[in-house]
Amino acid sequence: MLHDRDRIFTNLYGFHDVGLTGARSRGDWDGTKDLIAKGRDWIIDEVKASGLRGRGGAGFGTGMKWSFMPKDSDRPQYLVVNADEGEPGTCKDREIMRHDPHKLIEGSLLAAVGMGANTAYVYIRGEFYREAEVLQRAIDEAYDAGLIGRDACGSGWDFDMYIHRGAGAYVCGEETALIESLEGKKGQPRLKPPFPANVGLYGCPTTVNNVESIAVVSAILRRGGSWFAGLGRPNNTGTKLFNISGHVNDPCTVEEEMGVPLRELIERHAGGVRGGWDNLLAIIPGGSSVPLVPKSVCETLRMDFDSCQECQTGLGTAAIMVMDRSTDIVRAITRLSRFYKHESCGQCTPCREGTGWMWRMMERLCRGDASVEEIDLLDEVTRQVEGHTICALGDAAAWPIQGLIRHFRPELERRITAYQASQANQAA
Amino acid sequence: MTSKNDTLEQPDAFVFSPDNVEKAKAIVAKYPEGRQASAVMSLLDLAQRQNDGWLPRAALDHVADFLEMPAIRVYEVATFYTMYNLKPIGRHHVQVCTNLACWLRGSDDVIAACRRILGIDPGETTEDGMFTVSEVECLGACVNAPMMQIGDDYFEDLADGAAESILSLLKNGDTPNPGPQNGRKGCEPVGGLTTLTDEPATHPPHAGDA
Repeated sequence: MLHDRDRIFTNLYGFHDVGLTGARSRGDWDGTKDLIAKGRDWIIDEVKASGLRGRGGAGFGTGMKWSFMPKDSDRPQYLVVNADEGEPGTCKDREIMRHDPHKLIEGSLLAAVGMGANTAYVYIRGEFYREAEVLQRAIDEAYDAGLIGRDACGSGWDFDMYIHRGAGAYVCGEETALIESLEGKKGQPRLKPPFPANVGLYGCPTTVNNVESIAVVSAILRRGGSWFAGLGRPNNTGTKLFNISGHVNDPCTVEEEMGVPLRELIERHAGGVRGGWDNLLAIIPGGSSVPLVPKSVCETLRMDFDSCQECQTGLGTAAIMVMDRSTDIVRAITRLSRFYKHESCGQCTPCREGTGWMWRMMERLCRGDASVEEIDLLDEVTRQVEGHTICALGDAAAWPIQGLIRHFRPELERRITAYQASQANQAA
Repeated sequence: MTSKNDTLEQPDAFVFSPDNVEKAKAIVAKYPEGRQASAVMSLLDLAQRQNDGWLPRAALDHVADFLEMPAIRVYEVATFYTMYNLKPIGRHHVQVCTNLACWLRGSDDVIAACRRILGIDPGETTEDGMFTVSEVECLGACVNAPMMQIGDDYFEDLADGAAESILSLLKNGDTPNPGPQNGRKGCEPVGGLTTLTDEPATHPPHAGDA
């Protein structure tokens, strides 16, 4: 189990001073100038050595991503912090912004040095109005203290940081949609290549990183990449914020080591499954986009990228939604299908048409008003959507349904049989 | 813009208040020269706040003029994002999250509370124009479910009649306290801390200390 001394977000619950004085007392902004002085290559090497993988869901190596930024470009380079947190189940970046905002600001400065950027935009979902206020106050404090702005921390590096508020569109959490939105357009994803590291914001080299990825950078650089790499498991290193919601006794957010057993997370931190462990039906381990896993898998599941993948699901954002045996599991997944239908940007046909079709099909399956063959048809359609769209929203709409069919097909068939029987009774 | 909205009574003109002109200029200054279109989302928000929570056509045109953008680009943005209201809205916009995490913890009861206290369904506005209720997607407060947003504030952990109390207070012209309604401060386990029980270290160990 992780010790408090190895926890990065020491004000996760907001019990302490959120402002600069409080942040400094918790070790933020300590010797930042010296870290910057070690240079761009050192920063990237330490982050690579830490094994940090992106915390927004995809899990791509953060240091590797930064190394794609050009070294000798005459165009401005941008860091864009993705704070468009909207993956159902996920509420970790919110806590960082409202309770530990200086970790995000210091991390942004260090990341910007690492990737050769002088400007950062933080794209915050519009609904996080209060969180944007807290972060803006912290940014103002950092400017006033000379920590950012011209000659940030006296390092010679100029660094500006701005907040850009979104206005309600899940798809803007996709990095190229986010860039489009930041440019003042509809948030519709761009084709890749070209990748943002070459052609991003305003056509300039850009790296988009999740809030949590950036906010852990100062701790990694201060304590060393090897410290971070020593936590968790190989290829799945460090600590992680876990959101545990749904049918648990004490829903909460907690920072734990990567690879922590799911059962330990739920029982130690979230007060256990409502009605006891044996009352567990299934969980969704990483936000709404990843396939659910039934209790049998939950017994041994470890919460990291590779372990989740081995169980045909994903760590995603590490937002765990727990469902006990009282849950109408088909209704639950149908609700997610409705979400993806609502959030599809409409650009790619398989997603625009497919999300609506899949949702309507799911509504029928909820009632049992379908034939058994239509389960296979639905599965087939999810595979026609998956991988055939510009961004991953199509995949995200497909996977929850695939997970349902994989693990709860008997329940779907039971409903169909029951519905047919009730129809036959009515006819008789 | 949909034909439905064209039947709305639209004000003839909209201009930013002198205060908001200054705010708008400060927003535009956040972006590089020639990239003022980036400010469109914030300026639409500013206009919406100035105009009782909704954006008439004239406001969209004013933002387009202000940013020297083609009006159609502003219309595209205004119709793409859910937070822009293109028709009048109640003074209190009650947005109830009904996505999975909230639904598992009883968001149906929150919707029912709206019906009971305000007498309206999602998508409707009370006759006195005080309340609009909307069913919305995940608002990112899932460990504090069920929850709703009213105006700029989150009201969380809405079990045991908390939603009724909040709505009743608002209805009576009082100001309910935002945040979790079950006594906790944020996202910590309500049953007692399992981590962060020590005071945060003043000087976390540096690389090489160990």
